[in-house]
Amino acid sequence: MTELPKARVATASLAGCFGCHMAILDMDERLIDLMARVDVDRSPLTDIKRFTRRCDIGLIEGGCCNEENVHVLQDFRRNCDVLIAVGQCAIMGGLPAMRNAIMHSDDPLRECLDEAFLTGRYIRNTTHNAPNDPALPLLLDEVYPCSEVVEIDYNIPGCAPTGDVIYETLISLLAGKFRGFEREKIRFD
Amino acid sequence: MSGFSFTIDGVEITGAEGQTIMEAADAAGIYIPRLCDHEGLRHQGGCRVCTVKVGGRSVAACTQPAEPGLNVENETPHITKLRRDLVEMLFHEGNHLCPICEASGNCELQAMAYRLDMTDPTRFPYLEPSRAVDASHPDIALDTNRCISCGRCIRASQDVDGKGIFGYVGRGIHRQVAVNGENMAATDAEVTDFAMSAEVCPVGCIIRKREGFATPIGERDFDKGLIGHEIEGKKADD
Repeated sequence: MTELPKARVATASLAGCFGCHMAILDMDERLIDLMARVDVDRSPLTDIKRFTRRCDIGLIEGGCCNEENVHVLQDFRRNCDVLIAVGQCAIMGGLPAMRNAIMHSDDPLRECLDEAFLTGRYIRNTTHNAPNDPALPLLLDEVYPCSEVVEIDYNIPGCAPTGDVIYETLISLLAGKFRGFEREKIRFD
Repeated sequence: MSGFSFTIDGVEITGAEGQTIMEAADAAGIYIPRLCDHEGLRHQGGCRVCTVKVGGRSVAACTQPAEPGLNVENETPHITKLRRDLVEMLFHEGNHLCPICEASGNCELQAMAYRLDMTDPTRFPYLEPSRAVDASHPDIALDTNRCISCGRCIRASQDVDGKGIFGYVGRGIHRQVAVNGENMAATDAEVTDFAMSAEVCPVGCIIRKREGFATPIGERDFDKGLIGHEIEGKKADD
C-alpha cells in the first residue's frame, strides 16, 4: 500500500480560552489515527511560532480582540489553503464580544478596562492604571468575528465543538467528502 | 364536524372548518417551524418562520385558514432556505451569545437554527444593539439583548393573565417589546404569571431568577431532539 502524502495542519488561538484546542485533544485515541494522516505545523500544540511552509488546513480558535490577533489571522489566511473557524468565538465573537454591546456605554472598551483594573469591587491594583506597556498588543475598538477580518472557508460551531465533530470534519475534509454537519451533533453551547 | 382534506408536501391530511394550516398540520403530526406562534395564544403571524407556499404564494401557516383542496408546500429546499435566512437575521439583529445564555438548550431560536442547519451566521454584519437589562423585579429579570420581538409575552400577559405587562414600542427596526411601567418592579408582574413561564418566552429574555442552571446544559429540552420532534412523533405513534 502506498502511503498518501500527509496533509499539513496549523492551529492558533486568538481571543479564545483554549477550550477549542482542548476539544481537539478530546478526540482521544483518534488523535493517533489523525496524526497518521497529518503533520502539525505552526500551533500551540507543537510550539512552532512561524509557518515552516504552506499548510493545507488552518484551524482558528477565537475572534480578534487586538492587533496581534489580526496579524496572526491574516498570516494564517496567507499560508493556509483552507481556513476553518472553530467555535463560537471565532464564528461570532463569543464571550469576548460581550464587551462590544452589552456594557450600555458610549465607550464600552474604556468601561470594560476601568471595571477590570480600576473600579471593580474586588480589585487591588497598586498602579491605578490599566496595563499599558508598549509591548502589549493594541486592543481593537471591538471584538471581531474572524469572518469580518479574512475569508473563512468553514465554521465548526460549538462552545467548544466536541472532539467528535472536529475529528469527523477534518477526516471528511481530508477525504474531500465534507458535506456539512450532522445536525443532531451541532450545538452552540 | 365538517372535515375536509388538503395536502402538505403531497401528504393528504384532514382539516376542519376554522382551523389554520398550522393547527391542521399539528393535529396530523406534521411540524411547521414557528417562533411567534404558541399553543394557547392568539395567532400573530409576525415572525414568518412558518411561511409556507400555497399555490405559489407565501403565506403564514399560523394565520392562513385551512381550506379544502389546498396544496401546501412546507419543507422544500426553497422554503427551508427562506426560514434559515429569517432565523439567521434574528441572530444578527440582537445579541445572541449562546455560550453565556442560561436559556441555551431550551431556546427555540437556537433550536430552530439547529433544525434549519444554520451553522455559520457570518453573511451579514452583527448589529450588536445596546439594550438594557432590567433586574429590578425580585423574581424576574429581563435581558432584552435576547428578545426577538415575537410578542408571545405580550399576548400571554394580555389575554391569559389579563394584566398587559408588556407591549410593543417603536416602529420598523426600532420596534421592541417594552414593559408597561418604569421597570418590571413597577408593574404587577408575578413569577407565577403565565407570561413569565418557561414556555412563553422562546429565548432567554424573560428570566426567572434562581433557576438558571437547575437543569444542566446537555440535558435540556432540545438536547432530547430537534424542535418539532414531539409533533412529528405524534404521526409515528398513530
